[in-house]
Amino acid sequence: MEVANSIIVWASLLTGSLFAVIGGIGVLRLPDVYTRLHGAGITDTMGAGLILFGLAVHEGFTLITVKLVLIFIFLIITSPASSNAVANAAHSSGLRPMLDSDLKNKASSNSGARS
Amino acid sequence: MFTATTIAILLTMSLAIARMCIGPTIYDRVLAVNMFGTKTVLLIAVLGYLIGRPDFLDIALVYALINFIGTIAVLKFLRYGGFGDTHEMDTQDVDDKSNLSDGGPQ
Amino acid sequence: MIHAASLALALAAVWLLLSGHTDFLLLGLGAASVFGVVLIALRMDVVDHEGQPVHMGLRLIAYYPWLGWEIIKANWDVARQIIDPKLPISPTLTSIKSTQRTELGQVMFANSITLTPGTVSVRVLPGEILVHALSKNGADDLVTGRMDRRVSAIEGPEPDSDIGKEPG
Repeated sequence: MEVANSIIVWASLLTGSLFAVIGGIGVLRLPDVYTRLHGAGITDTMGAGLILFGLAVHEGFTLITVKLVLIFIFLIITSPASSNAVANAAHSSGLRPMLDSDLKNKASSNSGARS
Repeated sequence: MFTATTIAILLTMSLAIARMCIGPTIYDRVLAVNMFGTKTVLLIAVLGYLIGRPDFLDIALVYALINFIGTIAVLKFLRYGGFGDTHEMDTQDVDDKSNLSDGGPQ
Repeated sequence: MIHAASLALALAAVWLLLSGHTDFLLLGLGAASVFGVVLIALRMDVVDHEGQPVHMGLRLIAYYPWLGWEIIKANWDVARQIIDPKLPISPTLTSIKSTQRTELGQVMFANSITLTPGTVSVRVLPGEILVHALSKNGADDLVTGRMDRRVSAIEGPEPDSDIGKEPG
């Protein structure tokens, strides 16, 4: 029981960390602000969710777990709200999203070298 | 194992900081700051376990609240140029693209 | 009235769970705080079916596991696209029809879209939502209307529509 518990804790903490770093890479790597929102979305859902889940399993059924759950609920409610606020503000300021066709044109003009 | 998670979160935070510094538009910066804030919440939570003081979770909870309000406040300020009653300023910025490429932190 | 009761119950639960103390002084302070907050909320006229969606009840609870599973699948997809060296993304901006009858339902739909990685709702209009998707597949999945029907179903049999009454 103890072993299974700590395996779950390990697995969720490490997977959550992995997803958080992947989301961070996405924020750095993706081409424009709208696509970067998706990278931030990964860290907010999967990263935060799995890390907090791991901590909750480590803690067991106590009042501290309730705080972890509350943090999770709060992140889950606010993350789409702030993502939508960023997207909406960018869109209404006239910033056009980089669409598929733009990407293809860019890739053909400078052989796809982008950081 | 908490050490590994802490390092991963710090790595993510530094990636967000990098985006915050190079981000061409102001919205990239806001996005990066928001993400940095959410990662701070996680960092505080994990740090509490790392040094054996789970009381830190209260701070994480409060930080989550502050971070959200802060992001929304910055976006509202960007869009309307003020925090107060903005009904009269509604259409002020819509055609003004001068705030897109700001060239530096404001 | 049921909304005020639900708000008071939620506030009391948060107080008890966060403090964890059961001595008389803290319980009394908690009761006073709950009473004060409910009073202020009533005066601000924000205690309604939007803040306290009690009418959705069990249907709302049943929706979250489904959404959670969708989020996990979408996370996997988006993570694979990001770490792929070729970066096989195809960003699209599409307009998705939303068939919810109430503003609350539409907001829930828009938030569910945003919460699912790979799709972000950019602008909410009456009857449609402008969505930015990281890949064509994600956008096509939304166009089929699977999620839209789910959210419409949890709205339940509520007769009147309030979409478009308050623009913005």
